[in-house]
Amino acid sequence: MTEAHPIGLTIRGGTKVYPGTRALKSVDFDLRMGAVNVLVGENGAGKSTLMKIIAGVEELTEGRIEMAGREVHFRSKSDAVAQGIGIVFQELNLFPNLSVAENIFIAREPVRAGIDIDAGAQRVAARALMRRLEQDIDPDADLGTLRIGQQQIVEIAKALAQDARILILDEPTSALSVSEVEVLFRIIADLKAQGVGIVYISHRLDELIRVGDYITVLRDGAITGARAMDGVDIPWIVRTMIGEGSKEFPRTEVASFGDEVFRAEDICLPRLGGGFTVDHLSLSVRAGEIVGLYGLMGAGRTEFLECIMAQHPHCRGQFFVEGRPLTERDVAGRIARGLALIPEDRKRDGLVQGMAIRENLTLSALSHFTRVFHLNLKAEAAGAAEFIRRLTIKVASPENAVSSLSGGNQQKVVIGKALMTGPKVLLMDEPSRGIDIGAKAEVFRTMRRLAADGLGILFVTSDLDEVRALSDRILVMANGRLTGEFAGNADPAAVISAATPHKTKEAAA
Amino acid sequence: MTAPTHRANWLLLLLNLRTFVALILVLGFFSFAAPNFLSAANAVIVSKHVALNAFLAIGMTFVIITGGIDLSVGSIVGLCAMVAGWLVLNGVDPGFGWAVWFNTYEIVGIVVLVGVAVGFINGLLITRLNVAPFIATLGTLYIARGAALLSSGGRTFPNLSGNPDYGTQSFPLLGAGHFLGLPLMIWMLVVVGLAAHYISRRTPLGRHIYAVGGNERGAALSGVKVNRIKMFVYMFSGFCAAIVGLIIASQLQASHPATGETFELNAIAAAVLGGTSMSGGRGRIGGTIVGAFVIGILSDGLVMMGVSSFWQTVIKGIVIIVAVVIDQAQSRLQARVALAQEAAR
Repeated sequence: MTEAHPIGLTIRGGTKVYPGTRALKSVDFDLRMGAVNVLVGENGAGKSTLMKIIAGVEELTEGRIEMAGREVHFRSKSDAVAQGIGIVFQELNLFPNLSVAENIFIAREPVRAGIDIDAGAQRVAARALMRRLEQDIDPDADLGTLRIGQQQIVEIAKALAQDARILILDEPTSALSVSEVEVLFRIIADLKAQGVGIVYISHRLDELIRVGDYITVLRDGAITGARAMDGVDIPWIVRTMIGEGSKEFPRTEVASFGDEVFRAEDICLPRLGGGFTVDHLSLSVRAGEIVGLYGLMGAGRTEFLECIMAQHPHCRGQFFVEGRPLTERDVAGRIARGLALIPEDRKRDGLVQGMAIRENLTLSALSHFTRVFHLNLKAEAAGAAEFIRRLTIKVASPENAVSSLSGGNQQKVVIGKALMTGPKVLLMDEPSRGIDIGAKAEVFRTMRRLAADGLGILFVTSDLDEVRALSDRILVMANGRLTGEFAGNADPAAVISAATPHKTKEAAA
Repeated sequence: MTAPTHRANWLLLLLNLRTFVALILVLGFFSFAAPNFLSAANAVIVSKHVALNAFLAIGMTFVIITGGIDLSVGSIVGLCAMVAGWLVLNGVDPGFGWAVWFNTYEIVGIVVLVGVAVGFINGLLITRLNVAPFIATLGTLYIARGAALLSSGGRTFPNLSGNPDYGTQSFPLLGAGHFLGLPLMIWMLVVVGLAAHYISRRTPLGRHIYAVGGNERGAALSGVKVNRIKMFVYMFSGFCAAIVGLIIASQLQASHPATGETFELNAIAAAVLGGTSMSGGRGRIGGTIVGAFVIGILSDGLVMMGVSSFWQTVIKGIVIIVAVVIDQAQSRLQARVALAQEAAR
């Protein structure tokens, strides 16, 4: 098999260090041409980092990349493109205000006399690509008018137009319909036959087994398994992905829970272009209970939490806090009712980066330190200091900018900000994203302690270990719906299977 | 601490105080270059010039900290001056052949309301109708200016010396009166400046203004009522502009519909010179006032030196650009020092 699939790119001893975390730990990876190289691992395992290094988006801190026996250095994406490497990102890098053809040829426009864009040639080439991809997409259509799945196809066309010899696909099917997935698989087979080496990243394990020729499993930045796909089954992948003695997080048994503090009834969030992002979802959380909401990216978990925090005006359904309906229509009102959200994207939603640690901590709870309109700075500083101590946030001074902290400590500031409002229910969206193992354990300890103090916690995660170790109860979400409910130490395979969207069933329905 | 970071820290401190350094430099330069510049009498004259721009710049600073811009302030000045002139000269004629007259206090109240109302419209356009601040206030710039011109058919309201019969004889005092030896308008600037400084540092409102500019989405998710904050800053900016309109009409004892043209640019310049970041989230009232003084001293000093006003304009432009370049250098240096500190830990 090795002869049929020559190695097109190798990484030896690849290490990547970000401030605060080691995303890759001395990774050895062989990319085989004319085959599908599957990359799998939980969120934060290092898949994206590895892929970005191959695509030239990031540089290795240590280690070397070789192509055809020679060491290569990718200082930018264009260096990688020059070596025939194309990448289709999960977050599409497209311009909704430009046409399909313009998107495909962005920054590489065919020109006449050096300045005049040959729109005709561009259109012809784009049309040919669409034919090759069996898509009926008008090259002149504005990209913004296409469905996400079609946009993904355009992104693939863009990579193909650059004659990619190596094509990286990051979760290419997450937004595709069943028929589009079939087309994509045909395209992949076609490309394989032409000798293109494909790196394929997905969470859908059955899909990986079907489409892959080689599989590489990553866990915590290290490769835990690499082999040909023959004989690989889902249990093997899950085992390799989450490890034998799975990571233990501190767990103190809580004997009993209090009354119900939070209930959602029949929550619906319509999706643009039909269907629901959150599809008639109901759940409840009791005081002292930690409920883990597990699911894949795009399952609608974040949107559900945003509905609770009044971020989606089109959201329908009813929320209850301590049995009384939630009628407040703005965030401040919902915070006042005892809800607090710790958003997934700390930088974008959680913190004001330019402000001091103290100012971030107290931002939601300034009224506690205010008489009429006068802000008592002393009381505020004391309040901030208390939460810095309680959450053991490591700071040189509370007056430093919050951006100077490590990811884990920034996350604690966000948690502190939420706690300062005196919440009854804590909503946490991927509370451990982008922080290292040590900080994770500490965040989890904090969650345990808060629950023991009688807080109801609803947290969203894509990390199987995490959801199993932390949750008193696991709820699984897929395609906007609840698809499973498990006890804390549920069988991982069962949880994963509940989280995998079954496209075929849906298509039939 | 190593020598390079030590030096960097000194440089940072100097850059942080750059507006003050600039103030000392211009003061020092003109006290040599222009005799009598440092005299007490001249200081009062310069302060009066600076005060008008400082009022506008204070309002502008809040707006810019939220990440917006208010281009309409110059026109609000003109409109408010005209409304004041109209009320002093004509009163309000409800159409029955007789007029309602207001005393000075009432006129001040009405004019301030007019300024705040324009700010209210700016705020509504920006928060409810999602118009970009630049466009919304560009629109009200034209509308308010047009309204000012319409009010008099483009003519000046002359002789606003007031009439004791209607209680408006005190109107000229707004711009010309003194209290404890200092012009009244300087006291008003002190009051407004201190109030604005207080708001920015010691009230939740002020904290929320910075939060909105630093991360609007994050602020909203933290429970900050973003729209309300934005309404406030535009209304406050309108309030500041109304005061300037009143002072000018009172000082000149006349109001002309072109009053305040291009004032908005001077206000933005003072705010930027004072360290306010155009991308929002950063700025200080104290810095803005010092910035207004730097600009004012620069132009008055150049006049005393006999430099042509054409050159003054060029120099003002250079100073603003240099200020922003230094601002950028400071941010870069700050980031470098912070990284070095992280690495040293």
